[in-house]
Amino acid sequence: MAFDYAPAPESTAIVNIKSSYDLFINGEFTPGGGTPFTTINPATEEVLATISEANQVDVNRAVASARRAYDKTWSKLSGADRGKYLFRIARIMQERGRELAVLESLDNGKPIKESRDVDIPIAAAHFFYHAGWADKLEFAGYGSNPQALGVAAQIIPWNFPLLMLAWKVAPALATGNTVVLKPAETTPLTALLFAEICQQADLPPGVVNIITGAGETGRMLVEHPDVNKVAFTGSTEVGKAIQRQVAGTNKRLTLELGGKAANIIFDDAPIDQAIEGIVNGIYFNQGHVCCAGSRLLLQESIAEQTIESLKRRLQTLRLGDPLDKNTDIGAINSREQLNRIIDLTKSGEDEGAERWSPACAIPDKGFWFAPTIFTNVTQAHRIAREEIFGPVLSVLTFRTPDEAVEKANNTQYGLSAGIWTEKGSRILWMANKMRAGVVWANTFNRFDPASPFGGYKESGFGREGGVQGLGAYLNVEDPS
Amino acid sequence: MSSLDAQAPATHKGLHAFLAGLPGIDQVGAEARAAALGTRSIKKDSKLWAINTAISMVDLTTLEGADTRGKVKAMCSKALHPDPTDMTTPSVAAVCVYGDLVEAARSVVGDHIHVAAVATAFPSGRASLAVKLLDTAEAVTDGADEIDMVIDRGAFLSGNFSKVFDEIVAVKQACGSAHLKVILETGELKTLDNVRKASWLAMKAGADFIKTSTGKVTPAATLPVTLVMLEAVRDYYQETGTRIGVKAAGGIRTSKDAIKYLVMVNETVGEEWLTPDLFRFGASTLLNDLLLQRQRMLTGHYSGPDYVTID
Amino acid sequence: MMNNNDRVEIRKTHKLFIGGAFPRSESGRTFEATNSSGEFLANMAMASRKDARDAVIAARAAFASWSKATAYNRGQVLYRIAEVMQGRAEQFVQDIQNSEGVSIKKATKQVDTAIDRMVWYAGWADKYAQVLGNTNPVAGPFFNFSVPEPTGVVAAVAPDSPSLLGLVSVIAPIVMTGNSVIAIASYKNPVPAITLSECLATSDVIGGNINILTGDPADIMPWLATHADVNALDLTGITNTELITQLESDAAGTVKRVRTAPADPDFYATPTLSRVRAFTEIKTVWHPMGV
Repeated sequence: MAFDYAPAPESTAIVNIKSSYDLFINGEFTPGGGTPFTTINPATEEVLATISEANQVDVNRAVASARRAYDKTWSKLSGADRGKYLFRIARIMQERGRELAVLESLDNGKPIKESRDVDIPIAAAHFFYHAGWADKLEFAGYGSNPQALGVAAQIIPWNFPLLMLAWKVAPALATGNTVVLKPAETTPLTALLFAEICQQADLPPGVVNIITGAGETGRMLVEHPDVNKVAFTGSTEVGKAIQRQVAGTNKRLTLELGGKAANIIFDDAPIDQAIEGIVNGIYFNQGHVCCAGSRLLLQESIAEQTIESLKRRLQTLRLGDPLDKNTDIGAINSREQLNRIIDLTKSGEDEGAERWSPACAIPDKGFWFAPTIFTNVTQAHRIAREEIFGPVLSVLTFRTPDEAVEKANNTQYGLSAGIWTEKGSRILWMANKMRAGVVWANTFNRFDPASPFGGYKESGFGREGGVQGLGAYLNVEDPS
Repeated sequence: MSSLDAQAPATHKGLHAFLAGLPGIDQVGAEARAAALGTRSIKKDSKLWAINTAISMVDLTTLEGADTRGKVKAMCSKALHPDPTDMTTPSVAAVCVYGDLVEAARSVVGDHIHVAAVATAFPSGRASLAVKLLDTAEAVTDGADEIDMVIDRGAFLSGNFSKVFDEIVAVKQACGSAHLKVILETGELKTLDNVRKASWLAMKAGADFIKTSTGKVTPAATLPVTLVMLEAVRDYYQETGTRIGVKAAGGIRTSKDAIKYLVMVNETVGEEWLTPDLFRFGASTLLNDLLLQRQRMLTGHYSGPDYVTID
Repeated sequence: MMNNNDRVEIRKTHKLFIGGAFPRSESGRTFEATNSSGEFLANMAMASRKDARDAVIAARAAFASWSKATAYNRGQVLYRIAEVMQGRAEQFVQDIQNSEGVSIKKATKQVDTAIDRMVWYAGWADKYAQVLGNTNPVAGPFFNFSVPEPTGVVAAVAPDSPSLLGLVSVIAPIVMTGNSVIAIASYKNPVPAITLSECLATSDVIGGNINILTGDPADIMPWLATHADVNALDLTGITNTELITQLESDAAGTVKRVRTAPADPDFYATPTLSRVRAFTEIKTVWHPMGV
């Protein structure tokens, strides 16, 4: 008998999914006036729940609720008390961690080992980290009396639903703002469970409002005149539209957008760890990662054997049931996204790149895409320039460090970069030259609430996390 | 990775250059990979298969100053029939004893399982080459068909790789037809870079197996160290087509841990290595936990220590 | 204008400052700079779309070397600008009096503050990264640090008044961190900007690092706001809200960073680091710590 791992599914008994969900406004669940929509399990295409859609009236209600909470309660609380609420939320997220993880995997399609070991613990950590800032803002380097902005409109993507919520909500609340948050239409469930957590924490009504809907709801939220701050994570295309929408208003804006990161492997790299870094860089979360290492830059002298090693490694990746604890590659979040990946990979083939995937059984139902490598890719190919947001790696080569830098930076994006070499001074030289907001040297896709995250160029502006992230939600009086 | 002609006798200068040219290991990354493999969840049929496989890979070991023929013989009986209540339980791969007790062991196990002897001034390796060779030859003469030798860690750490290499070559010769396991004592080599270097050094010098530890130094076997050794074995196979075995020895006490090692073997070098010919556990207390878990798998309820034998 | 000896004075031709040189406008057009009573002061070069384009090319080229200069060196270059400005202080006072129609006392205060402002920022060059950057105590065996880096090429509009102090207050924080700038001088009071250009040309500024254009920001800025090789906009001198809306919207095309000034800005007060933050990017680097 071969060592085939038997199915090891995480139980879904811990989660109680309701048949329908309302909006969360002013501390209560309340029906929306729009057209309800469904959210499905992308691994099975089964409907999980029906979700309320927020229309203009609901957006107005949510913003009014946030404004009222800001004026009447939240802005009057001491920083220490705000912090206590955040600590409570962090603890409840830990307590209900397994439930959140299962729900996240059901709604998003990501492997349970990732929701369990990455998304949920780091989300809780974000609240814990920011809780401690709430009464220490005068020490954060923004002057002696930094002030909240007011009502923050926050729009988050479907790739890390709860984690992106934490990245947005935790700093906003810690700095004294109230929020209206719109989760992605394909992954609203953990945000709605988070609403329950706010209730359990006795967070004052209106401090956090969660409204569901698609792009139109988001647009209404961004354009609402009583919003002081807009924070968006998502595609560069939508980010640009939002930047246009807020033009001429005094709304503060932070954008965390797309990427096309280079993961650069030198011939003196710690090669076994580099292989892991490549795999983690592009196949983590099905490649639905804005900072994914989607362009592999290999030094020519090691290109062939590295690709061979990488292919061997890919054969051990296990694609399938997201709830199976041994699954490495889960489901693609939506049919729409799957079609985009199919379209872009087809362009890769049409443009002459060489495509390879390991033999891997694809389930009959649901949205799936086998881990894929394209070799013989040049900078001119679409798959080397456009964000695929899927488990698809484009492999390019370079000869010298200068060429690696040139190719790495030759993109309109600038979110992240990876560098693999055992030579310390080369790491620092390279790190300095990367036009990217996060540089992982001899590691990849690491996240921490204390570590600021955000892009250069068209990958957006503003930072999330760390002391720098606080600035996105604080008002500092400047004389000029 | 540097090219390698493992078939050709390495010149000492070439050996230094070759070892220096091996790719580096990032400790944090290697530990993260080992930990990630450790999160695999092995259930049901796969778990029973893994437990049986693990039992068949155990080198049941006693290496105490207080060892006697009686103690060794009792252990050997257990090695043949680990669970007297269930004769479908596989035998272990080998017993592992000091050289002077090889004859006692062989008298019990016959040809059914291997008898391994620790040799070459185990565990410190602090003796002349002549003593080490005699130690080896006597064990082989007494019936050992596997020799677990220790490398000269002092020589290795002082950069005298050729001394280590030459000793392995000489001991291999003294082994005759007996299989040679080379103990790196990774707990004294400290860095994973050293583990990779020592692994290659041993394989090039003729080791049939590379083994983590004597069990006398803490830490003994760890998942990251074993990962690095498995990677070396994998790369050596890619270069030469020869499969070298790996023995994780010391510190592995639970079935859960043993299964983590099997997962690591499976996903690093592949299924071909999931055989006692290519992977072993050097252990004493591990066997009983494997037996308890096996009983649990077969009966559906938890067993207790009184239901496995203490030898 | 005659001086006391009845000597006919040599007048200056007022040109643009692009790539370290003083070209006329490519368009061949000029506009009249006047004093506060509307009397003619000089014909100024009217910068065109193509002048802006040339300035971007020069700025991008200079960015490559200026952004790599050491912090100590950048501080010295800014300090050197202040030294040269000090030597031209009298002319600055005269320029400001002519343009803005203010008293010698007020003009002198503006010049002194402008020179001191340049020195203030010069001193920040090797410190701001220590204040805006830090190490981050992440939960794992990693050394993690964040550093501010220059954004790239910044297009900036100086306020009408104080014409010199405003221009210096806009330029200095941008270039101090390693950025290049295309600064559009006050359309109303452009003359002091020309004297500043001459200071820059005779100090140690890398050609193209600081470019100064004269002309109508409403004509020039839309080209810069849509220019793909411009990374950020400083709209300090623009008060027309429609134009601000248009430029902010244009900036979205390539996700440019945009800074607008607070209403009723006070350039005489000690600045915050707001302008420095606005045109720097935080880069965070992770590296494992192992043996």
